[in-house]
Amino acid sequence: MNNAMSNIKTVVEEASAFELDKYTALAVRIRKTILDMIYRTKSPHIGPSFSIVEILTALYFRFLNANPDDAHNPVRDRFILSKGHACAALYAVLAERGFMGNGDLDGFAVNGGRLEQHPNHDVMCGIEVSTGSLGHGLSIGAGMALSSKIDRRPYNAYVLLGDGELNEGSVWESVMFAGHHKLNNLIAIIDYNKIQALGCTRDIIDLNPLGRKWESFGWDVQEIDGHDFEQIFNAMSSLSPEKPNVIILHTIKGKGVSFMQDQVLWHYRAPDELEYKRALKELLL
Amino acid sequence: MRAAFFNTLEELYHQNEETVVLTADLGFKLFDNIKSRCSERFYDVGIAEANMVGLAAGLALSGKNVYCYSIIPFLIMRAFEQIRIDVAYHNLNVKLVGVGGGFTYGFEGITHFGLEDLALMRSLPNMTIVIPADPFEASCIARLSQEVKGPLYIRLGRSGDPFVHDRQPDFKIGKAITISEGSDIAIFATGNMVYTGRQVSEMLKQRGVSASLYNMHTLKPLDTEIINHAASLHDGIFSLEEHNINGGLGSAISEVLAETRYNGIFRRIGITEMPRTSVGDSDFLRQHYGLTPEKIYNTILNAMEE
Repeated sequence: MNNAMSNIKTVVEEASAFELDKYTALAVRIRKTILDMIYRTKSPHIGPSFSIVEILTALYFRFLNANPDDAHNPVRDRFILSKGHACAALYAVLAERGFMGNGDLDGFAVNGGRLEQHPNHDVMCGIEVSTGSLGHGLSIGAGMALSSKIDRRPYNAYVLLGDGELNEGSVWESVMFAGHHKLNNLIAIIDYNKIQALGCTRDIIDLNPLGRKWESFGWDVQEIDGHDFEQIFNAMSSLSPEKPNVIILHTIKGKGVSFMQDQVLWHYRAPDELEYKRALKELLL
Repeated sequence: MRAAFFNTLEELYHQNEETVVLTADLGFKLFDNIKSRCSERFYDVGIAEANMVGLAAGLALSGKNVYCYSIIPFLIMRAFEQIRIDVAYHNLNVKLVGVGGGFTYGFEGITHFGLEDLALMRSLPNMTIVIPADPFEASCIARLSQEVKGPLYIRLGRSGDPFVHDRQPDFKIGKAITISEGSDIAIFATGNMVYTGRQVSEMLKQRGVSASLYNMHTLKPLDTEIINHAASLHDGIFSLEEHNINGGLGSAISEVLAETRYNGIFRRIGITEMPRTSVGDSDFLRQHYGLTPEKIYNTILNAMEE
């Protein structure tokens, strides 16, 4: 393997205050789209969708070399939503970015529709891999990163994992593999909102010390506030050219709506009419 | 058989730059040449089959033709969900090469036997399943595997497998090979049981029973034409496999027969009980579980006399 080859983007100009406002406004719009999709279809997983809005926005509007007009480009960056249950956020971002139309979003979770409650492989729409069973994405991303090395085609593979997902043993198989092979073009991103399906991660399988775990497997670790665009931009601009990278996002499940935040209930619950109106009002404040 | 497969694959590996070979830390010395000549397309991924199959999917999604190697239960059962979702549902160019069909691993015991793999793999969409009967066929499928678009499961024996053919056969995926044609009964055999089936046919001939013998080297897609053909000519049909009788070749044939007007005898011959009490090498275990030529011969005669 050509370890010297690095295609990590290291130069990103500092974001101006104006730009940060632009991303913040985009995130609000995406949360609103998610809320509408979930409310309309009574779908689960609004909480874990809300916790990844900033990272998806940053990836698709600033960092990913991916273009809806050239979706199959072999040197595109790959993104895998390994925590596939949060796909409402992905669909909303892909629609905003032009990989899908708003009509596609109308086909979310309806009979005869277009989009399931877990992503289904469709590269034209920006969905690289079908996910939904946890613990698959990082291995696949590692395979994509490895293929880039073999072919000497420079691209990155980004894999977004849930914190609960780290309970899956297969994740650690791929963590070991990527660390051993120094896959510096593989970027794992962990949505560490500290709540999994039935409760707090610290009560179910405590992940701490999470950063040190990854570090000991040979990864470069950054821990940031996953809702702060400036910190996300800085982290993405400071990726290690030597090792696989993991960015641990400290996030809030249900971020953006006060009564959903940090509540295990909102892993599954879909808002009723009153809750929808309250949530909408808060998002648009 | 395993050596024949990998010797052929090795030639093709050097010709085709899209070929990547992964092993989950098994195949001692098997990959030495592949590794020494192009290490960038060969990885011992460690004892981590789920990751191996996921990696293979990622590589295949990026244009590679990937071979994954391990002993059958570890490859197929440990990583089954990765095979189902990442490989089969995505319809990717991943070739799963499992070694140790049936009782191949003898003394190593139940953890190493491949007795349910065909049932599992037969249930998957897009999956092609090939079970070579001898080293010639193993070499054939190594060559053909390069052309197969989509997932392929290749079930291999290990070493010392007898030859069914004396030269390279006319081997087409999905097309059974007729070893012999008789007038009384038909035997459908797969993998190492094809050779056994030939011995059984000889014994039956001595007894005045004329048997057709079909080599079902492809379990999926199944050659239904040959099954229907046999059903129209014979009053007794027997399937022969070193696999649990539930879900493998016998089940596949019975599904076809059940949808025809076949009224003759049909018996599945394979493993019918949980093999955990007997310790022995593969020949001993075949004897114990009724898969020697003599025992199969008796099973067939008894069924015909019922």
